[in-house]
Amino acid sequence: MSLAFYLIVALTVAGAVAAVTLRNTVHCALALSVAFAGIALLFLELDAQFAGFAQILIYIGAVAILIVFAIMLTRSSDTPATGVFSKSWLAGLAIAAAVFAVLGWAVLRTAPMLPHDSAAPVVTVQQIGAALMGRYVLPLEIVALLLTAALIGAVIVAMHEKAGAK
Amino acid sequence: MTPLAGYLLVAALLFAIGLAGALTRRNAILVLIGIELMLNAANLNLIAFWRYGPHPEALTGMMFAIFSIAVAAAEAAVGLGLVISIHRHTRSTDLDSMNRMKG
Repeated sequence: MSLAFYLIVALTVAGAVAAVTLRNTVHCALALSVAFAGIALLFLELDAQFAGFAQILIYIGAVAILIVFAIMLTRSSDTPATGVFSKSWLAGLAIAAAVFAVLGWAVLRTAPMLPHDSAAPVVTVQQIGAALMGRYVLPLEIVALLLTAALIGAVIVAMHEKAGAK
Repeated sequence: MTPLAGYLLVAALLFAIGLAGALTRRNAILVLIGIELMLNAANLNLIAFWRYGPHPEALTGMMFAIFSIAVAAAEAAVGLGLVISIHRHTRSTDLDSMNRMKG
């Protein structure tokens, strides 16, 4: 566990906490991209270069921008007078704390049995491409179909209805 | 503490933060942000297990994470489309006011 790991974890967790607690929705989306960048750095720290750069491209480049677009389109950046947290926030917080307690307990209990540090695997992008086109070609095609369906579905759901269509 | 346990704890913490956000916020877009954080925590688990697992050269965990990222992108697009569609009907993204189907 190096110093870099702790710095990246502090950045990621701070971004995630800010993303769910800030009052202005646009600030939440910006804090979310900080958390995504921290997770991408953790991927790079884990020698998963391809996944790290894919994370930067897809999450910071597409998903965060999409969220900002949705905030702008729904004009929900100004804080409502009734508060930003729902009526049952205490129960939600308790459930999240219970989930973290269970997960943390399970990890710490099995920590001595987990594998120790191993040599960094050398994985080139060429190998990933060969695997995607060879062994994983069927899941790749299914994901392509899913993305096409999601694209069409999102456009149809968000499309403006005609006046007489209802 | 082994490095793998450290990564698993970080992923558990991120998952809990995302769950807390999804369960406590009023705004539908903030609930989606919480869900995205939970998906990212799961991806971190997959990559960590791939890195410290017995056969990293088989690329199984890496592929799982890449496909998971693709599915999460599709989920975000459809989810935000739904939020915009609901906003057009009710002029609000407040989840507490969306109780038309409440029994």
